Amino acid sequence: MKHDTFKFFSLSTIWLWIILFAILPFVLMLVISFATAGENNLVVYSFNLHNFLNLINYAYLRIFTRSVFLAAYVTVITLIIGYPFAYIIAHTSERIKNLLLLLVIIPFWTSSLIRSYAMITILKTQGLLNSFLLWLGVIHMPLQILYTNIAVIIGLVYSLLPFMVLPLYANIERLDQSLVDAARDLGANRYITFKRVIIPQTIPGIISGCIIVFLPAMTIFYIPDLLGGAKSMLLGNLIQDQFLFANNWPQGAAISVILTAFMLILLWLYWRNSRSKDRHEFL
Amino acid sequence: MKVISRLFLLLIYAFLYVPIIVLIIYSFNNSQYSMLWHGFTWAWYQQLSSDSDLISSAVNSIALGVSASSIATLLGTLCAVSLYRYNFKGQKLLYFTVFLLILMPDIVIGTSLLILFSTANFELGFFSLLIAHITLCLPFVVIVIYSRLTTVDENIFEAALDLGATNSIIFKRILIPLLTPGLIAAWLLSFTLSLDDVIISYFVSGPNFQILPLQIFSMVKLGVDPEINALTSIIFAITVLFVLISHFSLRKK
Amino acid sequence: MVKTVQLDTTSKPLIEFINVSKSFADQLVLSNINFSVKSGEFLTLLGPSGCGKTTLLRLISGFEKPNTGEILFNGKSVVGISPHQRHVHTVFQSYALFPHMNVFENVAFGLRCQKVPKDEINERVDQALRLVKLETLAKRKATQLSGGQQQRVAIARAIVNKPLALLLDEPLSSLDYRLRKDMQIELIQLQRKLGITFIFVTHDQEEALSMSDRIVVMHEGHVEQIGTPREVYETPKNLTVAKFIGEVNIFDTEVIEVNQKTIKVNIDGYLHQLANTKNFQTGDKLHMIIRPEDMRAYRMDETEGQERMLIGKVNEVIYKGCTVDLIIQLNNGKIVSVEEYFNEDDDKLEYQLNETVILNWLPGWEVVLPYEA
Repeated sequence: MKHDTFKFFSLSTIWLWIILFAILPFVLMLVISFATAGENNLVVYSFNLHNFLNLINYAYLRIFTRSVFLAAYVTVITLIIGYPFAYIIAHTSERIKNLLLLLVIIPFWTSSLIRSYAMITILKTQGLLNSFLLWLGVIHMPLQILYTNIAVIIGLVYSLLPFMVLPLYANIERLDQSLVDAARDLGANRYITFKRVIIPQTIPGIISGCIIVFLPAMTIFYIPDLLGGAKSMLLGNLIQDQFLFANNWPQGAAISVILTAFMLILLWLYWRNSRSKDRHEFL
Repeated sequence: MKVISRLFLLLIYAFLYVPIIVLIIYSFNNSQYSMLWHGFTWAWYQQLSSDSDLISSAVNSIALGVSASSIATLLGTLCAVSLYRYNFKGQKLLYFTVFLLILMPDIVIGTSLLILFSTANFELGFFSLLIAHITLCLPFVVIVIYSRLTTVDENIFEAALDLGATNSIIFKRILIPLLTPGLIAAWLLSFTLSLDDVIISYFVSGPNFQILPLQIFSMVKLGVDPEINALTSIIFAITVLFVLISHFSLRKK
Repeated sequence: MVKTVQLDTTSKPLIEFINVSKSFADQLVLSNINFSVKSGEFLTLLGPSGCGKTTLLRLISGFEKPNTGEILFNGKSVVGISPHQRHVHTVFQSYALFPHMNVFENVAFGLRCQKVPKDEINERVDQALRLVKLETLAKRKATQLSGGQQQRVAIARAIVNKPLALLLDEPLSSLDYRLRKDMQIELIQLQRKLGITFIFVTHDQEEALSMSDRIVVMHEGHVEQIGTPREVYETPKNLTVAKFIGEVNIFDTEVIEVNQKTIKVNIDGYLHQLANTKNFQTGDKLHMIIRPEDMRAYRMDETEGQERMLIGKVNEVIYKGCTVDLIIQLNNGKIVSVEEYFNEDDDKLEYQLNETVILNWLPGWEVVLPYEA
């Protein structure tokens, strides 16, 4: 029936693509993570858990924990900055609100690479930040910020702040103002209203923002590459290293699998927290 | 309280924009390394226009971007429409997979595609990049189009069916015209994502097809260069243009 | 306005429902639905929200499938035939006009889907627009029209295809009072002119009474009664129908004595003699139903020769412009409502609160129904 041909065509094309280029690659990765690296980039398929067991050694664990902590710092900082930021924008007048939002969307669309590069200019020894602080008289010698963990954190916060702000904004904007009014009417002061009414209502936005920031913070390898030093090898760099320099694809695959498992756990927490919403609403 | 809010906003916007603005300013600075202002010049832009390496990378990236965006927009629209309109087996799974793709770290997507191509003995080059970029952009197109669909009165599809329309007529005569602003925004977003992608491209690009972001990356690793300042300023300007077009196109409805 | 069109009751029904039931998940929404739609009639599905009337309509249009039973169009089963192949069209509550098309393109849509030649499309669309009096707005964008105009476009869009039946899902509920009244008249005139069967869904019983040839009264997924407006209003089959359509006073009582064609009952201490329309026996419990407008109220000093009396005190006097509603409390505590036409010059109608009044009604104007638990 003509009625169904189109539907059939649409669905089969989509499924084909998703299976071939999203699901299959991951399945292959899973398979390889149980294999070992052969010579000349070949993979020897012998089922073993070596790659996973390897990860329990000290060096890997250190990198893993460092990445998690760093990503956590970045997430918390972007949350602390981003929440009031989103809140203030959501409460400005209609005319300005759109403009302000646009000014957040622009960095959101701008290449992270370019923005990180811009950060280099600011953070380097003869860069703007040091010049500014010297001029102010706050310091007497230029600070070595670049090529340290601090620079990586600043760079990641800089790149990922819009990613935290936008979901927060979406959530705060949809807040029912009458709930706030009701609380105030019943005698709650600003602080209590904020703590007991506003924050609980915005938890979905907070969690979305955190997930959207936390994962990239662990895995964007070019920011630590450009801004960090030798000590700043994070999970992303580690995987990159395994695949392209150490030629140990199975090992790299294993790390990616762990990473994905970690992400799924976070997602499960998110799912548990959000009550059942209209199926059209999740996006 | 209001003053503090305004100040805070200003501070954060400054944080977001000052580095880029500084970059743009220095792209006109008549000096290679100095942080001091040495006068206005177009020199770096001129150097850019004669840098054939960069230009060919740019052309490659644009060609890649246009192809990837167009295909991703088409596929993503079909996907969003199917998810919204039809009920089919495995719908929840598709939903979940698309959702997962957005959150999946680029590095996992990139390396897994590398494994796929290597296993299939598929040569790395334009087509591997194309496939990777389409896969990258697809979920974003789905979000944009899907949220656009939710603004359309649900009854319209039933009304069309009721009057005798087949699904392909509904797609052509009703959906596409109504979705046009969303299609523009989705295409522009995809193009930007493709042009800016470093991580995935890093893994699936081949030696014979050089693209711009990777070239910028290798140049940047060597240090600051005013030519890069000029290049990134141009890219930034184009990004702003795209955001504005997409924003106003979506607002018209 | 009473509809006097003669219906062709001898020919085969246009649409038939045979033992149809429908559930959503585990909830039974429609059960044991049996009725038929006659060709050329204006049929209304009437009931409160949630009674299943919209689901019934959607079963006809094909957007839902029945769980059991048969649905026939002209004797042929349509279960399994998709909406776009059924020759009935729906006017949606939200109109569902295509926002990116103008009026002409909206109306022409169905014809274009059937690949009707261009000249014929132009002619038929023109004709349809003239029928709904919108021929001057053909090029206007659909979203720029008022609510009433949009609705007429929706109707034109459906009738231009010459469907077997036109299904209207509460089309007037979002219009304001004045516009709604005008549209009711227009719809009836349109239906008469076109001769197409209209199946109309509403929860507004006044609307149903004024527009329909027949009404299907529905309640909680069942068909309670099918009949002409008069039948449904004056001889409701059960309490549900009686309560839903118009106002009622319900008296619960018992048959004391049966005399051939009459029965004697006791209401509030007074004996009344009623016609035995339902073959009651002594001791049977029953409901006696009287509509407020069928009752009369009299002052104590006007009670010469009045039969069937009830005595009570005035609780409320509600002036409604055309009528005056009296809320009376009888001696046994029961509340009764009486509606009388307001005559400015008649000071008989200036009732005081707590005044004692006598009530009665014309013989035979009551309805007796078997007692329902």
